[in-house]
Amino acid sequence: MSEQRVLVVGGGLAGLACTMKLAELGVKVDLMSLAPVKRSHSACAQGGINSVNGLTRQQGDNEWKHFDDTVYGGDFLQHQPPVKEMTEWAPRIIDLMDRLGVPFNRTQEGFRDQRRFGGTLYKRTAFAGATTGQQLLYGLDEQVRRRKAEGLVSMYEGWDFLGPVVDDQGRCRGAVAQNLVTMQIRTFKADAVVVASGGCGLLYGRSTMSMACNGSAVSRCVQSGAKYGNGEFIQVHPTAIPGADKLRLMSESARGEGGRVWVPRTPQDSRAAADIPDDERYYFLEERYPEYGNLVPRDIATREIFDVCVNDGLSVESGKQCVYLDLTHIERSELDRKLGGILNIYEKFTGENPRDFPMKIFPAVHYSMGGMWADYVRTAEGGLDPGNPVNQQTHVPGLYAIGECDYHYHGGNRLGANSLLSCIFTGLFVAPGVKAGIESLGAGATDEQFDTLHQKTLAAKQAEHDALLKQAGDDGENPYEIHHLLGEEMTKAATVVRRNDQIEAALGVVNDLGERAKRCSLSDTDAWTNQNVVFTKSLRDMFPLAKALLKGALARDECRGAHFKPDFTMPGLTSEEPAERRRQAESWCDAFEEKNKKWLKSTIATFDDAGEPTISYEEVDTSLIPPRPRLYGLVGAEMIEEVWKERQAVKEAEPAAV
Amino acid sequence: MIAPNKDLAKPATFDVRVLRQAGPGRESKWERFRIPYEPNLNVISVLQKIARMAKTAAGEKTAPVAWDCNCLEEVCGACTMVINGRVRQSCSALVDRLLEEKPGEIELRPMSKFPVLRDLVVDRQRMFRALERVDAWVPVDDYLDRGPGPKESQEAQEGRYPLSECMTCGCCLEACPQYTKVELTREPGETDDAFEARRQAAHDGSFLGAQAISQAVLFNDHGTGKMLGDERMEALMGPGGVHACGNSQNCVAVCPKEIPLTTSIARAGRQVTVYSIKKFFDR
Ligand SMILES: Cc1cc2nc3c(=O)[nH]c(=O)nc-3n(C[C@H](O)[C@H](O)[C@H](O)COP(=O)(O)OP(=O)(O)OC[C@H]3O[C@@H](n4cnc5c(N)ncnc54)[C@H](O)[C@@H]3O)c2cc1C
Ligand code: SF4
Ligand code: SF4
Ligand code: FES
Repeated sequence: MSEQRVLVVGGGLAGLACTMKLAELGVKVDLMSLAPVKRSHSACAQGGINSVNGLTRQQGDNEWKHFDDTVYGGDFLQHQPPVKEMTEWAPRIIDLMDRLGVPFNRTQEGFRDQRRFGGTLYKRTAFAGATTGQQLLYGLDEQVRRRKAEGLVSMYEGWDFLGPVVDDQGRCRGAVAQNLVTMQIRTFKADAVVVASGGCGLLYGRSTMSMACNGSAVSRCVQSGAKYGNGEFIQVHPTAIPGADKLRLMSESARGEGGRVWVPRTPQDSRAAADIPDDERYYFLEERYPEYGNLVPRDIATREIFDVCVNDGLSVESGKQCVYLDLTHIERSELDRKLGGILNIYEKFTGENPRDFPMKIFPAVHYSMGGMWADYVRTAEGGLDPGNPVNQQTHVPGLYAIGECDYHYHGGNRLGANSLLSCIFTGLFVAPGVKAGIESLGAGATDEQFDTLHQKTLAAKQAEHDALLKQAGDDGENPYEIHHLLGEEMTKAATVVRRNDQIEAALGVVNDLGERAKRCSLSDTDAWTNQNVVFTKSLRDMFPLAKALLKGALARDECRGAHFKPDFTMPGLTSEEPAERRRQAESWCDAFEEKNKKWLKSTIATFDDAGEPTISYEEVDTSLIPPRPRLYGLVGAEMIEEVWKERQAVKEAEPAAV
Repeated sequence: MIAPNKDLAKPATFDVRVLRQAGPGRESKWERFRIPYEPNLNVISVLQKIARMAKTAAGEKTAPVAWDCNCLEEVCGACTMVINGRVRQSCSALVDRLLEEKPGEIELRPMSKFPVLRDLVVDRQRMFRALERVDAWVPVDDYLDRGPGPKESQEAQEGRYPLSECMTCGCCLEACPQYTKVELTREPGETDDAFEARRQAAHDGSFLGAQAISQAVLFNDHGTGKMLGDERMEALMGPGGVHACGNSQNCVAVCPKEIPLTTSIARAGRQVTVYSIKKFFDR
C-alpha cells in the first residue's frame, strides 16, 4: 500500500493538537485551514482552561467532581463516558501545555496560579493573562511548526474545505478544497479526515465568534452523510460589548476576579454610576443566587440579565439593553495584573476605561454546544477505549469530528473554561485511534483505484463553482444582505428566550432566505482571490444548519441548559405550609421525571440531498451519574432536593431491574 | 487612552479611498467610496459596508474590496493595513478617531513590505518562515504525561508573557527601514515545489525582523526552550540576523501589542556577542 496520510481540517486548538499528536505517532498530516492556523478563532479565548489541580485536591476536589460539575452544568445532555475521560485527562493536559512553554500565570512561589470560573466552587481554572486561548494556540502552533520543519506536516493555509470525498462503500477517502488566492479546486487524498472547524456563530450574523466560524465545513460534511447533534443548544454568553461589526466578549473572569453585576434600582437613573449609592443599586445576581452570586452558570446569568433589562425595564440605558459589570472597587494594580488584557479590549473598542467606569455589557451568542454527531467506545469503567478508531468518528467512516464542531462534552450548556479543554483533549485523544483506523485499511486513498473517485468529485465541485460565477448579474440577490437578514431572524427567534410561534415564523423566513440565497449574483466574477464567491458558498451552507437548529428548538418543548422556553418552565414551590410544600415538591419531582423521560435525549438531524434536515432522537448514556434537577435559584430548591435524594436512595436500594 | 471627542460635529457621510490591485504584478489604482456616517464604526465595518454596496463614490459598479480579517478584536493579527499612512490593525481602528485625525476622509493601503495578493490582502508567509528559522518552539521529548513544565517565577512569567502575545501581524516589519520587500515571480514552467524552494531561499537570506528576533528571545527565556539556544544564536548571527537592525526603533512604536521589541533586540544582540566569544574560545 502507498503511504498513508491524514487530512486535518481546521487549525484551532483541536486541529493543532490532533496534528501534533499524529505527527508524533509518525503519521503524515496535511493541515488545512481558511486562515493561517495561528489566526484561528481559538486565539480569542480569554479566561482559562479547567482541570483539577494540586490545590483543589486538598479542598476535596477530584476528577469525579469535575466530571459531575460538567454534566450537571450541561443539564445531563451528554454521554457521560467521553466527559469522564476528558476530566481525567485534564490535569495531564495542563501539565503538557505548561511543558510546551505556555506562560501560565504564577503564584509567588512559582506554581501555576488558578482562578474560579462560573459553575464551580473550586479554583480549577489555569490562565495565562487574559489571553489563555492565544497562548495555548501558539503553544500548539509552535509544535506543529516544529513538525512541519521535520517534514511530517504539510500546511495548506488559505484553503476552503468544500466537502469530504466518499467512496462507494461510504468511507471517507479525502476531501475537496479550494485555494482562496488562486481559486484552484483540488482534492486531497487521505485515509482519514479529521474535521476541527469550530463553531457556527455566523448563523447569527454578529456573535462573539470570529469570521471563519461560519459552520461551512460542518454543513458540507452533514450534506455528505454525517449527522448533526443538539443543534439547538447555542450558548449565549452573559457579558459582551455590543459593537457594529462584532459583539466582543467580556470574559467571565471579570466576574471570577470579583466583578459585580448591577443596575440602578431607579430605571435609567441619569446619575453617573459612581454617584449611585450602594443601597440604590440592584446586585440582582447576588440577591437572587446567594450561593453562587456573580458566578452562576452562564445560562442563568444570561437569562437574568435579559430579564432585568427586558422584563423589569431596568436597563442602564434607555435606547440600548445593557447592565453594569463593575470592577471599579478592585485595586488597579491587581486588575492590570490579572485582567489587563480584557480590560484593554473594552477600552480599545469603547474608548472608556473600565478601571474607572463600570462596563456596559449585554448577552451575545458565543458557543455552539451542538455539532457533528460523533461516536465513542466505552470501557467497563465508564471511560473511553483508548486507541479505538471509532472514537470521535462521524456516521461516515474515516471522517472524524473534534473540538467545538463535535456535539459531545458540553450538553445543554457549557461550563466556562471547559471548551479549551475539550478541544485539546479530543485532538490528542483521537490521534492514536485515527492511526489504528488507517492502518487497518485494506487499500490506501492514494491507490490508483481511487483516482476516478477523486476526479469525479473535483469535476462536480468545479462545475458548481463555474455555475456560481456565471450567475452574476444586476438583478440577483446580494449575499451580504441575505446574511444580515438571516442573522437578525436567528437572533430574534433562537437565542435567550424561545417561543414556538416565533420559531415557526423564523423557519418560514429562513426557508425563503435560503431560496433567495440560491439566486445570489456576485458583484465580483474574478478568478483570483474572490472573497465574494467564497462567502456566497458559505452563506448557502448556513441554511441546513440554521434549519436544523430551528427545527430542533421548535420540537424541544422543555427548558434545558441554554434552551429556554418560558411556556415550559417548571416553577418553584409556592406553599409555605410544610406538608403542602412537601407535596408540591413530590409532584415537582414527578413532573421532572416525566419531562426527562421525554426530553433527556440528544436531537439528531439527518439531511437529505437538498440540505433539508429531519429530526430524530438518541438516548443519552447517563449510567455513571444519574440525572438530577438543576436547581439554581429555584424557590423551594432545598425541599425538592430533599425529596429527590430520598427517591434516589430508594432506587439504589432496590435490586437492579433488568 | 483618550476618549473620542464626542462634541466634534459628525459628518453625514465620509469618504474612504482604497488603493486597489487586482492581483500580483498588476498595477494599482485608487478608488473612492462614500459611506453614510454612523457612530462606533471601525474600518472593518466600513469594509463590510463597501462589500454590500460594491459601488464607488461616483456610483460606478466595482468588485468588493478584498481584505483579511478573522477575530475582529485585535488578537489574530490578520487585518493589518496602512490606514491614513500608519500601519495598524483595521479592526481596532475606530472611524471616529480617524476622522478626528483627518476630517472627511480615510485612506486604506495594503502593507508595502509584503507581496500584494489582491487589494488589501498581502502574503505574509515570510513571517511564519522566520519563526522556523529561529526554532521558535520548545523542544519537548514527547506529548506524554511527564508532569508540569519547569517552575517559573512571577517575574519570569511577566517577562515572557508580553513577548508571547505577538500575533505575527507585521506592523513592526512594515515600519522597519531595514526590512525590505521580497517578491518573486514564477518562472515559466516552474513547479509549485521549485517555486516554493526558491522563495524559501530568498526569505532565508533576508532580514528576520523584530518579530522573529523577539520570538527567539522568548524561547531562550524558557527553561526547556533555551536548550536550543545555540541553534537560535546561529540563526541570529547568520545572514539577515540581528546585526541587520539599524536600531531606528520604529518597530516598537507601531506594535499594537506594545511588545518591548527594542529590549528584545538589545538582548538578542548581547546573547549573540556572548555566544560568539564562547564559540571563539571553544574552537
Ligand atoms: C471570545 C471567546 C472567548 C472564549 N473564551 C474561552 C475560555 O476562556 N475558555 C474556554 O474553555 N473556551 C473559551 N471559548 C470557546 C473556545 O475558544 C472555542 O470553543 C475553541 O477555541 C474552539 O476551538 P476549535 O479548535 O474547535 O476551533 P477554532 O479555533 O474555531 O478553529 C477552527 C478552524 O477551522 C478552520 N475552518 C473553518 N471552516 C473551514 C473551512 N470551510 N475550510 C477550512 N478550514 C476551516 C478555521 O480556519 C480554523 O483554523 C471562547 C470563545 C470565544 C468566542
Ligand atoms: S529597531 Fe531594528 S528592527 Fe526595529 S524598526 Fe529599527 S531597524 Fe527595524
Ligand atoms: S511584534 Fe508586534 S507588530 Fe510585530 S508582528 Fe508581533 S504583534 Fe505585530
Ligand atoms: S481581525 Fe484579528 S487582529 Fe484584526
